Amino acid sequence: MNKTTNPRAWWFVVPMLALVAFNAFIPLMTVVNYAFQETFGDNVFFWEGVTWFEQVLRSDRFHAALGRQLLFTGMIIAIEVPLGIAVALAMPRKGPWVSVCLVLMALPLLIPWNVVGAMWNIFALPDIGLLGHALNSMGFDYNFTRQPVSAWMTTVVMDVWHWTSLIVLLCYAGLSSIPDAYYQAAHIDGASRWAVFRYIQLPKMKRVLTIAILLRFMDSFMIYTEPFVLTGGGPGNTTTFLSIDLVKIALGQFDLGPAAAMSLIYFLVVLLICWAFYTLMMRGEDQ
Amino acid sequence: MTHPRKWLVPSLYIVFLMLPIYGLLAMSFKTTNEILGGFSFFPQEFTLENYKVIFTDPTWYNGYINSIIYVVINTVISVSVALPAAYAFSRYRFLGDKHLFFWLLTNRMAPPAVFALPFFQLYSAIGLFDTHIAVALAHCLFNIPLAVWILEGFMSGVPKELDETAYLDGYPFWRFFIRIFIPTIAAGIGVAAFFCFMYSWVELLLAKTLTSVDAKPIAATMTRTASSSGYELGLLAAAGSLTIIPGAIVIYFVRNYIAKGFALGRV
Repeated sequence: MNKTTNPRAWWFVVPMLALVAFNAFIPLMTVVNYAFQETFGDNVFFWEGVTWFEQVLRSDRFHAALGRQLLFTGMIIAIEVPLGIAVALAMPRKGPWVSVCLVLMALPLLIPWNVVGAMWNIFALPDIGLLGHALNSMGFDYNFTRQPVSAWMTTVVMDVWHWTSLIVLLCYAGLSSIPDAYYQAAHIDGASRWAVFRYIQLPKMKRVLTIAILLRFMDSFMIYTEPFVLTGGGPGNTTTFLSIDLVKIALGQFDLGPAAAMSLIYFLVVLLICWAFYTLMMRGEDQ
Repeated sequence: MTHPRKWLVPSLYIVFLMLPIYGLLAMSFKTTNEILGGFSFFPQEFTLENYKVIFTDPTWYNGYINSIIYVVINTVISVSVALPAAYAFSRYRFLGDKHLFFWLLTNRMAPPAVFALPFFQLYSAIGLFDTHIAVALAHCLFNIPLAVWILEGFMSGVPKELDETAYLDGYPFWRFFIRIFIPTIAAGIGVAAFFCFMYSWVELLLAKTLTSVDAKPIAATMTRTASSSGYELGLLAAAGSLTIIPGAIVIYFVRNYIAKGFALGRV
């Protein structure tokens, strides 16, 4: 759309800007303050320069948490995106069942995150939970509070359960904007199922898929509540992702300097990956 | 296109989604003895005792009221300040507009864990700690960017001729905006409100950090019960089951917008 230049449009943005800036700038400056200084309480600060940053960037603990985080995010995106597309493609396109499917599928999205964690905790309890009991009586040795592999599997399946619907709903929205005429034309041309997907459905889903992947990346990189309630980061440190580690350092050990430095590095990593992805996808759209 | 086997994939997927929810519901109708006694698929001694506790104990039901109050305040604030901003982004070019838009999105990317402690200090300093408005304002951090993003998409889908015709007919701006433009993008507002409601309702870390007694959300009541009174799984399950209801009601209202609305306007 051709937009007109209008400097007065700034006034429309001011209320929004004031609210977001209040919530973003002041806390961010607090974090920056802690990241470069040392404090022993009483609001007395000593300049530390980049010491905290060096300490965090060199620490094995940070590397391990970042590695687990990347592995987790990679795994859930690799499972949720194809699964979400497959379910969206198989959904009915008309009729009363559409609403039923959509409402049932959207349900996990609106459950508070700690309830999701608690629900899966109950569901997976080895002796009395539905999943844990079923797996154990089928002969698998399953106990997510003691075995790292079980804990990982449970966390990943929980995230797939929780968030795949977002991708389904977004893809379904993209698919439902395709006119029937396209499918009829493809049918007359004798196009294969794959060709229909590749040349009609996938291009229509591209924009919503970008949004879906971007949202999934951001949210899974910040994941805190669900794994915290489910496994508490354990057994050991095996499911301690970045946010959990950060809260442990900041509120558990009260090491504000390293925690603040880690926050900034963490934030920059998210920002960088999102920016790169966004730019790539937008360039693809322009062509 | 109608294959009978096509039903299999969505049906299996929905069964997978419903199983943990069923587990939670079934547990909420069991007595503590039965839960700890071993696994049973259906409740053996069906009881409503857990729900009775929640509806009669103020620390429990106040949690629900608190959560709903701040979620509603947040949704109203987010959508009403996002509306004019999204209009500006979709219609006009102004100094720094693209940078501003990206900066907005970066706030959506800020991990709440990073902001928990500074938020606590900020809201304590201005005397809003443990109020509903504090949580509502804090959730604006990620909900306003999202609302602007969604509404901008919908507004860009409305042809500019609509605005121009209204001005030629002599409508002043605000009358046009409220009488004509807002009804045109009602679906977009519904979807934006849905997303704001959703993210504010499900968030716990900030809500828990900013409250202690008077505005404590239900989710925080649950975590504290879980740790303090040991193994009251039935009560926990009942409280969890009840948190699903507001979400289900909201989904029911927007069900007709979901298909088109989730495409965020510009597909």
